[in-house]
Amino acid sequence: MIWGVLQFPGSCDERDALNACEVVGDEARLVWHEDRTLGGGVDGVVVPGGFSYGDYLRAGAIARFSPAMEAVAELAATGGPVLGICNGFQVLCEAGLLPGALLRNEELRFVCKQADLLDDQGNVLSIPLKHGEGRFYAPEEMLDRLEANGQVAYRYADGHNANGSVRDIAGVRNERGNVVGLMPHPEHAVDPLTGSTDGRKVFEALEKFA
Amino acid sequence: MSETPRYRELGLTDSEYELIVEKMGREPNVVELAMFSLLWSEHCAYKHSKKLLGKLPSEGPRVVMGPGENAGAVDVGSGYAVAFKVESHNHPSAVEPFQGAATGVGGILRDVFAIGARPIAVLDSLRFGELDSVRSRHLLDGAVRGIGHYGNSIGVPNVGGEVYFEEPYEHNCLVNAMCIGFAKTEDMVRAAAAGVGNAVVLMGATTGRDGIGGASVLASAELGEGDDSKRPTVQVGDPFEESKVLECCLELLEKGLLVSLQDLGAAGLTSSAGEMASAGGVGIDIDVAKVPLREADMEPFEIMVSESQERMLAVVEPSRVAEVRAICDKWQTGSAEIGVVTDSGHIRILKAGEVVGDMPVDALVDGCPLYDLAPAAPAAWIYGNKQTLSPSANSAATLMALLSAPSIASKQWIFQQYDSIVGSRTVRRPESADAAVLQLPESGNAIAVSIDGNGRKVACEPFNGTVEAVLECAQNLACVGAEPLGLTNCLNFGNPEKPVPAWQLDRAISGLASVCEELGVPVVGGNVSLYNEGPDGPIYPTPVVAMVGELPDPAKTAPSSFVREGDAIGLLGPFTPTMHGAEIAKQRGELEAGLPEPKVAAVAEACATVREAVRAGKVASAHDVSDGGLACALAESSIGAGIGCRADLQDLRERGCTPDEALFGEGAGGFVLSGDRAELEALGALIIGEVGGTTIELAAGDRSLVVGLTDATEAWRSLDAKAESVAEPPADA
Repeated sequence: MIWGVLQFPGSCDERDALNACEVVGDEARLVWHEDRTLGGGVDGVVVPGGFSYGDYLRAGAIARFSPAMEAVAELAATGGPVLGICNGFQVLCEAGLLPGALLRNEELRFVCKQADLLDDQGNVLSIPLKHGEGRFYAPEEMLDRLEANGQVAYRYADGHNANGSVRDIAGVRNERGNVVGLMPHPEHAVDPLTGSTDGRKVFEALEKFA
Repeated sequence: MSETPRYRELGLTDSEYELIVEKMGREPNVVELAMFSLLWSEHCAYKHSKKLLGKLPSEGPRVVMGPGENAGAVDVGSGYAVAFKVESHNHPSAVEPFQGAATGVGGILRDVFAIGARPIAVLDSLRFGELDSVRSRHLLDGAVRGIGHYGNSIGVPNVGGEVYFEEPYEHNCLVNAMCIGFAKTEDMVRAAAAGVGNAVVLMGATTGRDGIGGASVLASAELGEGDDSKRPTVQVGDPFEESKVLECCLELLEKGLLVSLQDLGAAGLTSSAGEMASAGGVGIDIDVAKVPLREADMEPFEIMVSESQERMLAVVEPSRVAEVRAICDKWQTGSAEIGVVTDSGHIRILKAGEVVGDMPVDALVDGCPLYDLAPAAPAAWIYGNKQTLSPSANSAATLMALLSAPSIASKQWIFQQYDSIVGSRTVRRPESADAAVLQLPESGNAIAVSIDGNGRKVACEPFNGTVEAVLECAQNLACVGAEPLGLTNCLNFGNPEKPVPAWQLDRAISGLASVCEELGVPVVGGNVSLYNEGPDGPIYPTPVVAMVGELPDPAKTAPSSFVREGDAIGLLGPFTPTMHGAEIAKQRGELEAGLPEPKVAAVAEACATVREAVRAGKVASAHDVSDGGLACALAESSIGAGIGCRADLQDLRERGCTPDEALFGEGAGGFVLSGDRAELEALGALIIGEVGGTTIELAAGDRSLVVGLTDATEAWRSLDAKAESVAEPPADA
């Protein structure tokens, strides 16, 4: 599988995502934000973490208008895998590709720590999180619908919800399941030396859409 | 005289002004005076420290770049180098902590990518007053948010640091930021302008009125009443702009499009153009009308001294200017051709072609007189004492008081606000080992970094205190299996024109030179911050030292916490603890002048033993004995592991220690190791106890203590509550 990783001005974790994609996939390449296509052969795309456009206006609010995001929307519409991590999750929400919104952390501070996540198979994944605006929010009726549709992809385990997200939601997917966004950073959990390798499962879960 | 001359307002003395007139052959005009006042400031000219700094050993087989460049650099093998530098942003942070600290990080990042190295880590060394002061909490909160804001947004991990809270920093906090960079050695670039006729290109942000006079008015004078009015001299940072400029510069260097590159820091265009011209032995003409401005009506002198952030100055061959500007456009950052390299040996400032300033480079950059200090040792301890712990408190209560002291307690509240993992190099995160460890897959090995200082001990005796700070740094590296490659420093002292701070500075630099010589560690760069005083006098003299070490295998490092129940605990090294300058002496109100001389050669030998043992996997954990003595070192290793320990320190009494000193005394050269008993004995460690249980049980002669692990953990984790105990900043903020 060939992964593309978007690069915006202000992206921070694009190289980490590139490394992670090389670990889990066959090949990975950066996609410049001004490119209107993802490039030939790209099966799936990561919208990486960081502070695209300095998070000015609102996290993800400017990046969603970049030309490369049109290509991401096309891939999403055709059922291809799209993974939004942290700022990438915010971008996908701003773009309307995922439901909900990310608000400032409850404690109004940036937080960086290792956290336990639960996927919908009941696995516990140890994956770091680091963000200042990671509190997932959606109206009650939307939350009910997301849960009924199986669109809650990841939750924080008990005691690991560091940002005050509603219903401990760490990540969601679209109805089709091919677009996933989460605040924690699976690309920082693919090397035992730097923490854990549980992040690989997040990438692998999307491979079936390629 | 009824009116203060302008040059004095700008910080120049009468004799300095006379010298400028002599060198110029005339009175300087307003542009020239502004530029001289900055480059002849302490901050830029090091006029009170340069003579002393010459003592520091700066050469070694692994040195790639030494003092005088934007950052020092050492060879890490396979054609790669690691660049590093520490710089202070003390006074800006004392006046406006968020922006002061944020731009401190921004500035040190630029120093590192200016030589063509990609920043891969930030560390910081902070000093504030006691946390029961509202002002200190406000400064701490602002500085931590500022450091986090800048570093997090730009995607450089903050991997470690140190913080102390002491009364003498109440008015004048210290914010020292360090950056580590990684580069292919052949891609690195120096800051010397070259090639007459080459273009001078200003890249990055536009130039505004922020930070005017920062280096002279703010950085080179004591803080005092009315400093709030100095807030306009503090720069405002924009990490997004820096992120773009960073990527842009690295791409330009990778493509070989730049002749040289320099960041704009203190004194803005004046110092970067001046230093580039001086280093290259050339002249530079700059036309201020070509500088992109934030405000249209700026005066030439304002443009030349503005400290607007996120700007870089490059020398480019004329045929490549278009290509350079195209890459700036790609990264959505500014660029303007503002000048040209000349053979005049002068810096000329033009405004739309008309000359508004013309100074010989050697007078401007290298002409400032260097001063000898007039040091005098104080007769006694000058910093006062305040008792917060009764000397008759029992040993358990004493341990709890030490563990909960903000200077010793866990700094999790701080480091959790920083991204410590971006870049995928962080093998040891903050507080998981004595030094940060970063893997370098490109060169197949890893580096370890530690930053240390102990102003209180340097205040007790500047020579020995500085030696101890360097040894602690070396010990921290040894604990993760790293061998020192180079050292950098940031010397934070009081007013050098006063005898006691002058004596402190003189003795500390002598100590630094002596210990680095003996350890064989080159000093590849440094920074000096003087005039750190408040209304109550000087800060503790605070040389902050940072070392970068190399380790062959990032998988072979040791944690600072114990690992297994049943492991033996060993004490290694020439550790003879005393009360001098110790945290317990502070709490008991018993601080006094004097500090024993550390045994440098024996400590170096112990470091080598620990380093090799860690690399060979012979120890499960390694932790150096530092603040709070053995009792705190053992407690920290237990708390981190969630496993108790039992130790008898009776044998230390053979080294002449009292039971109190054995438990809580401090000094250089102690390592707490855990692992297999026979392995530890083979290393020459004194076996003092065993890992296990749910309590910390320590004994030394007639003193003993038992503290539950849960209670100890709670005490050690108490910084959050203290730091956040009052949310509101001072009324005037």
